[in-house]
Amino acid sequence: MAQHRNEIRFLLNGAPVVLRDLQAQDTLLDYLRLERRLTGTKEGCAEGDCGACTVLVGRLCEGALVYETVNACIRFVASLDGCHVVTIEHLRGAEGGLHPVQQAMVDAHGSQCGFCTPGIVMSLYALWMHAPEPTDEQIEVALQGNLCRCTGYEPIFKAARAAGTLGKPEADPLLAERAMVTAALAAMHDGQRVALGGAILPTDVEDFAQVLAENPDATIIAGATDVGLWVTKMMKSITPAVFIGHLSVLRRVMLTDRALRIGAGASYSEVEALLAQAFPYMLPYWHRIAGWQVRNMGTVGGNIANGSPIGDTPPVFIALGAKLHLRSTAGVREVLLEEFFIDYGKQDLRAGEFVEAVELPLAEAGVLHAAYKVSKRRDEDITAVAAGFAVKVERGVITRARIAFGGMAATPKRARLAEAALEGQPFAEASFEAAAKAVGDDFAPLTDWRASAEYRSLVAANLFRRFWLEQGAAREAAE
Amino acid sequence: MSKTGENTRHDSAIKHVTGRADYTDDIAEPAGTLHAYLGCSKVAHGTLKALDLSAVEAAEGVVGVLTAADIPGVNDVSAVHAHDEPVFPTETVQFYGQPLFAVVATTRDLARRAAELAVADIEVLPHALTTREAMAQGYPDVTAPLKLERGDVAQGMARAKHRIKAAMEIGGQDHMYLEGHISLAIPGEDDDVVLHCSTQHPTEAQVIVAQVLGVPANAVVVKVRRMGGGFGGKESQMNLFASVAAMAAKKWNVPVKIRPDRDQDMSATGKRHDFSVDYEVGFDADGRIEAVEGQFAARCGFAADLSGPVTDRALFHADNAYYYPNVRLTSRPMKTNTVSNTAFRGFGGPQGVIVAERMVEEIAYALGKDPLDVRRANFYGIGARDVTPYHQTVEDNILERLVGELEETTDYRKRRADIIAHNATSATVKRGIALTPVKFGISFTATWYNQAGALLHVYKDGSIMVNHGGTEMGQGLNTKIAQIVAEAFGVDLSLVKITKTATDKVPNTSATAASSGTDLNGMAALDACEQIKARLAGFATERWGDMCKDVQFVGGKVLCGGAEHAWADFIGQAYMARVQLSAAGFYKTPKIHWDRDKGQGRPFYYYAYGAACSEVSVDTLTGEYRVERADVLHDVGRSLNPVLDKGQVEGAFIQGMGWLTTEELWWDNKGQLRTHAPSTYKIPLASDKPREFNVRLAEWSENPERTIKRSKAVGEPPFMLGISVFEALGHAVASVAGYAQCPRLDAPATPERVLMAMERLKRDA
Repeated sequence: MAQHRNEIRFLLNGAPVVLRDLQAQDTLLDYLRLERRLTGTKEGCAEGDCGACTVLVGRLCEGALVYETVNACIRFVASLDGCHVVTIEHLRGAEGGLHPVQQAMVDAHGSQCGFCTPGIVMSLYALWMHAPEPTDEQIEVALQGNLCRCTGYEPIFKAARAAGTLGKPEADPLLAERAMVTAALAAMHDGQRVALGGAILPTDVEDFAQVLAENPDATIIAGATDVGLWVTKMMKSITPAVFIGHLSVLRRVMLTDRALRIGAGASYSEVEALLAQAFPYMLPYWHRIAGWQVRNMGTVGGNIANGSPIGDTPPVFIALGAKLHLRSTAGVREVLLEEFFIDYGKQDLRAGEFVEAVELPLAEAGVLHAAYKVSKRRDEDITAVAAGFAVKVERGVITRARIAFGGMAATPKRARLAEAALEGQPFAEASFEAAAKAVGDDFAPLTDWRASAEYRSLVAANLFRRFWLEQGAAREAAE
Repeated sequence: MSKTGENTRHDSAIKHVTGRADYTDDIAEPAGTLHAYLGCSKVAHGTLKALDLSAVEAAEGVVGVLTAADIPGVNDVSAVHAHDEPVFPTETVQFYGQPLFAVVATTRDLARRAAELAVADIEVLPHALTTREAMAQGYPDVTAPLKLERGDVAQGMARAKHRIKAAMEIGGQDHMYLEGHISLAIPGEDDDVVLHCSTQHPTEAQVIVAQVLGVPANAVVVKVRRMGGGFGGKESQMNLFASVAAMAAKKWNVPVKIRPDRDQDMSATGKRHDFSVDYEVGFDADGRIEAVEGQFAARCGFAADLSGPVTDRALFHADNAYYYPNVRLTSRPMKTNTVSNTAFRGFGGPQGVIVAERMVEEIAYALGKDPLDVRRANFYGIGARDVTPYHQTVEDNILERLVGELEETTDYRKRRADIIAHNATSATVKRGIALTPVKFGISFTATWYNQAGALLHVYKDGSIMVNHGGTEMGQGLNTKIAQIVAEAFGVDLSLVKITKTATDKVPNTSATAASSGTDLNGMAALDACEQIKARLAGFATERWGDMCKDVQFVGGKVLCGGAEHAWADFIGQAYMARVQLSAAGFYKTPKIHWDRDKGQGRPFYYYAYGAACSEVSVDTLTGEYRVERADVLHDVGRSLNPVLDKGQVEGAFIQGMGWLTTEELWWDNKGQLRTHAPSTYKIPLASDKPREFNVRLAEWSENPERTIKRSKAVGEPPFMLGISVFEALGHAVASVAGYAQCPRLDAPATPERVLMAMERLKRDA
């Protein structure tokens, strides 16, 4: 057996950290606050929904250093091996003093009680890094994962708009240190498997398969946006825990002339650019998945592998005819995504097997697409009803319909009766009206705090009407 | 130099943005600090037969447990001393999530894990969760109801050309302060204990802790530097946490901290009251109200807490801005098997105001009028039609001017016409607009609360330290008070320091609540300044003769008898001359009185006014919506600090909008609150802010009463401006049936309620 490393190494603000006494379930937030007394990072919810604990994590991505906002409350320390953690305490201006983002927040009166403020500053800092002159839409997206209960956000928008006038990213101290940090992080990667405190960080994908073969009951942790809550909310044991976020091969996203192949470890944010290129209609939908921090952490593979009936990617991916690549030491097998979900909490995943990638075939000519999400609050909310539509129209006739829903059943599921109501019918309002009626027989949804069964059913039907209005009526009007 | 009326930034702004502002959990823990955690009921109502904590006590890191048997004093944390809110229940469990015991361990994580191991033997009893269920099951009121009556309702109704009788359901609201509850208790000698506590009401925490410990109040000191938000949720709800921390600290003689997680915080502490309101309104052909009758039943939860004054305030505001010639309003503060509801910004007022606005809608749709015309027709008059249902005369009415100005600057009439035209042709997206006013009474209706103290020291180097009874929760109270003090002495703001609120500095403080923080504490601080200034004038006269009687304090200088002294030099000389440079200031609000039994008096010193115009677009296929634009014109009298006041108005508007839109509390049929964290309870996000949001203060306004610098309170009144969004949603909903029916939206108007209301209207059309 190869030599294992029994310590986690990372950079925290300006200094290296080596941890040997660490448990798999230890969170970054507790580490910062309890072990290091870096109390600028706050706990508001411990579930990744309020953003008071927002910090930046820098990591080497194909050799380049990228910084992203994450929720420290659900980020496990073990997943930080080879990363650079930047907290509010590390922010400073080019000449010392306040950072432009901090100064802009002060000038705009962007804080009242101040408890959410460090997290908001970190999110605005990350925004300013790549968009110093942001549009209001960019500001909204950057703040999707940050709650403020006092200000009503207006002054925070003003601060976000003003920060770029007070300083440019080129002069940012963090950028000046980039070469040094890159070298330091690169030096931390020694290619060894890491094992300590119930946490295992495999060397590569082969080693991951090996670890799973050795520990078939292991908890696989990629972005931890779900597993994090098993610890912070349910106090569940997660060991042995296999951390895979550092496996860059699993994070690759590739666009060929046939398909978009998404490595299961790719975060929503990493997928975004190529997804928007291959399936432009999906971008607004993508931005309604969780908040920015969670999109930086959470992975497409995790969203699928967890088998949640309200995961946001399965309905839209099923509509596209997505395939999964499942891997184990025995090899790779392919499964249609829609067949992967067997029942509530039950997926077609064998012992020792993991989701390696999801493959989305590119759209054929003549296929009309849509992705819909309906939730109580527009952003950063869990779906009440989600739907993916792929409707092929040839010479005015619907020749194929693949329409899948989330939130309507125990698993993400195709609306077979509604599809049947459409197929072979003219591409016309009446056909979609018939499908809207048929979908009522496809599903018997539940009532919970997100939505009642009646509402879900009505919305599901109305989404067929919406599809027609957007794709059909609009086209008719254009012609 | 800093003066009142200037845009001085929040005194902690730099600390906020750098993460160096300390909240209670950020205070360095003394060595040996232990951590307490609550174990809670998983039954909504039942008889507590036995509580087996053996596994809890045996768990790793556990030092011990606290149960009702460990309480040295009185087992009650009721804010109104009703003896209905035990620290831990002994016989009956009254709601799902009720704390049953506490466990104390070496770390918070171990305490939290251990708490899960308790075995509670509870014999389940039937429960009532909602107000209507409770009324149907004959549940009692948790506190005495109130009746307000004026005129002759029967006659008024009989005379009215039109009468409408209907009901409205109004949801509650969680405070969702970003910093949850927390207390750190440090034991001292004798009976002493010092608490750092996130609370709006340090004196109450002190009184309750003393009561639970069975010691005099002078043994307990409560301190709070700042809160990460309060909104009313820390007016009484800290009592339990402070008591548990203090009990544990005294029992084991070590510092003990308690901090519930967000889920426990939301499940075990009270919220805004839900209301079920039955109303009847009689009106004439012009839409003028002849008579109103309303029963306001509230989900109070298992105990009284502040439900009495909250439901009272709902009645006090059931008129909003409108004159009711004949009126009878009654409250039903219903007991339910849910957490005991409490104060929340507006304190029942918003639930009253929204019913007044519902009645306006009823009239407008019944008569086919613009609701703004109905509002206008019913505004309180000046010199006539000016008496409220509680017999106070509205003397400071500025509604006409305020609403008129907003109507004009927002181009309301034209936009409304455009919207109606747009809706006639738009298939899926319907728009709505509404312009709503608010009139809000300022003063605690518990008259004795309208007092405040301040302690002011001028040190011999000229620096100034102020303590006052108010607490800082983000509203900028300390900044405003520092401005008042700096202006009084004519010195720079940097010379004035305000730190922790502490019960050993200023005693017997009132809650920082009812929007009263600056009104009360600002005046008390000013009183302290005036006392010292009088002594300094006396000193100057003594030193330099009578020509120094009119000593002036300006620009960092003391001017007397033609001479000019630097402030610090002057103070140094005053010290050498043995002048007392410390003073305790005091203030009590004049003119107010209230006879609750008769339902008559002048409970409010004055009113604050505001108006908002909101425009929304609604997706008729899903019920989802967006606030396209909101314009606010709000009255803060002569502002002490316009940017801070504007911040309060903006924040309150969004919070009020959240209450009425996406913030939905949802209990399952076992009585468990299932929306108990931000993952399930949805407060507004940045992207929910109106796309265009224009907030202005009515700069021409000044308080006719002699308040601090003629300013007005600002914390709560603008919360009700969010009602304009709710009414605009109603307008859009009504469009699907040609505006022929009152949309009768219940609150919160989630996308689901909006869609279902449109379906109902289409069905009934």
